[in-house]
Amino acid sequence: MNIALIIIFAFLLLSFYSGIRAQQGKDMNMEQWTVGGRGFGSIFIFLLVAGEIYTTFTFLGGSGWAYSKGAPSYYVLSYISLAYVISYWLLPPIWRYAKEHRLVSQSDFFVSKYKSPILGILVAAVGVIAIIPYLVLQFKGLGIIVSEASYGSISPAAAIWIGVIVVTIYVMISGIHGSAWTAAIKDIMIFFVVVFLGLYLPFHYYGGIQPMFEAVQASNPGFLTFPEEGLSISWYISTVLVTVFGFYMWPHTFGSVFSAKNANVFRKNTIMLPLYTLMLLFVFFVGFTAILQVPGLKGADGDLSLLRLSLQTFDPWVVGIIGAAGLLTALVPGSMLLMTGATLLAKNVYKVMAPHTSDVQIARIAKWLVPVISLISLYFALSGGDTLVTLLLMGYSLVTQLFPALLFSLPAKPWVNKYGAFAGILCGVSTVAYVTIFQVTIATMFPNWPAAVKDLNIGVVALLVNLVVMFTVTFVTRNLFALNRHTANTEGTPTL
Amino acid sequence: MKARDWLGVLPFIGMLGGIPFVNRVEPYVVGMPFVLFWIVLWVVLTSVIMAFLNKIDPATKEDGQ
Repeated sequence: MNIALIIIFAFLLLSFYSGIRAQQGKDMNMEQWTVGGRGFGSIFIFLLVAGEIYTTFTFLGGSGWAYSKGAPSYYVLSYISLAYVISYWLLPPIWRYAKEHRLVSQSDFFVSKYKSPILGILVAAVGVIAIIPYLVLQFKGLGIIVSEASYGSISPAAAIWIGVIVVTIYVMISGIHGSAWTAAIKDIMIFFVVVFLGLYLPFHYYGGIQPMFEAVQASNPGFLTFPEEGLSISWYISTVLVTVFGFYMWPHTFGSVFSAKNANVFRKNTIMLPLYTLMLLFVFFVGFTAILQVPGLKGADGDLSLLRLSLQTFDPWVVGIIGAAGLLTALVPGSMLLMTGATLLAKNVYKVMAPHTSDVQIARIAKWLVPVISLISLYFALSGGDTLVTLLLMGYSLVTQLFPALLFSLPAKPWVNKYGAFAGILCGVSTVAYVTIFQVTIATMFPNWPAAVKDLNIGVVALLVNLVVMFTVTFVTRNLFALNRHTANTEGTPTL
Repeated sequence: MKARDWLGVLPFIGMLGGIPFVNRVEPYVVGMPFVLFWIVLWVVLTSVIMAFLNKIDPATKEDGQ
């Protein structure tokens, strides 16, 4: 066992210990378990929200994208900052409504707003289907990190098993309290690791940031700007917008929103969180440095660029700290995802089917669903192959389809009814599934259209379908029922 | 929408609408290619705008208790 592995395991134990300890002295009912009794202030909410953003995908995928795609990777920086801007107006009303009605899941919100438990089942189904690939991705990232940092002495499969067992146990015991404490350890570590790597590596290999970019520009002209076609400016703008709309639609993000102490927590966070995204800049620097230093990583292997460059540059103990930070980036979102999936299935699906189940029983069922979801994801993480990115993008597009129904439920008098919301979500989600499975893009549908249109994110089309269906169905059903009521009334009135 | 709420549109205009005009490598600013610098600049400006909004928005005082 090398020093890198010892460090990684020490951090695993530390997060396990603090995760278990976090629940002490608290009565772990459903509200404590899932939303921390709604007592979290700015700092914990900051860490939880940021904790879900800086996942393995950012750590490995952010540098991987800079390495293999260049300028288009900047979109990550833009969409996260802009999503925070939206949150200033979006989250306070959601939080306030959730507190008044004691909601604990995203699905609860739709059930309560539209007065439709069936809509709640649809939303829960979309949520669970979307988070499984996301969870698989975290587990796979965890496997890559630990296996690389152990210099190959631990297989990715063994690493995934250990990580999954740890996270499952502490989620079952501590719920969101465990996540919040691990998030605190994780964010401090990841901050130092990323800033250090992003500055050290370009200076070490090129003598500075600008010389590094100049070297990349000289060897790959055009790599540092958006291309004319493909991942072009119109791709960038449409993708950022679609992702901004989807950003807060992840069911686990709703859980962290509900756990806030007051609505002001979100407004205050909009000041610091954009600056915090600048951390990604250093992740990009690592990816760009790797282009000329560890050339030849093709396709998905681009995600290994950060770790490969670190292995080549540093002593094992530094690799151990990088690995430990990476491990935590998988555990925090992993724990939130597990807890959310279990809550949705127990409360918004099982409870609707078996309405007489008591709240204590539901809480127990939710806890025992955690290992079930773990095992399903573990299965895909160990067996599933190269379709991960497809699945993740599908997950993002799926949750984005919940945005219109959510947005139009916020005004005092909702703009759409439950039939419209249901039909809109269903058609939007079906469109996403269709275009993902059959790999349809705007370019394949309209090959002769100008590049600016062809490069648009296909999610735009799904959202349009969703909106059109939602308003049409709302309009038709509203008039139909108005008509029925009208005829019913006339029939019911005694003749004069 | 109140006048101050339009402040939230500015980051979108800068970060998305500005890109066609700044999609080039030179000049490098603080070591970064120009288009990357532009996005980073707007991330910082977003933070400044949100700080200003927090300051002038009466809702932040009501909910702060």
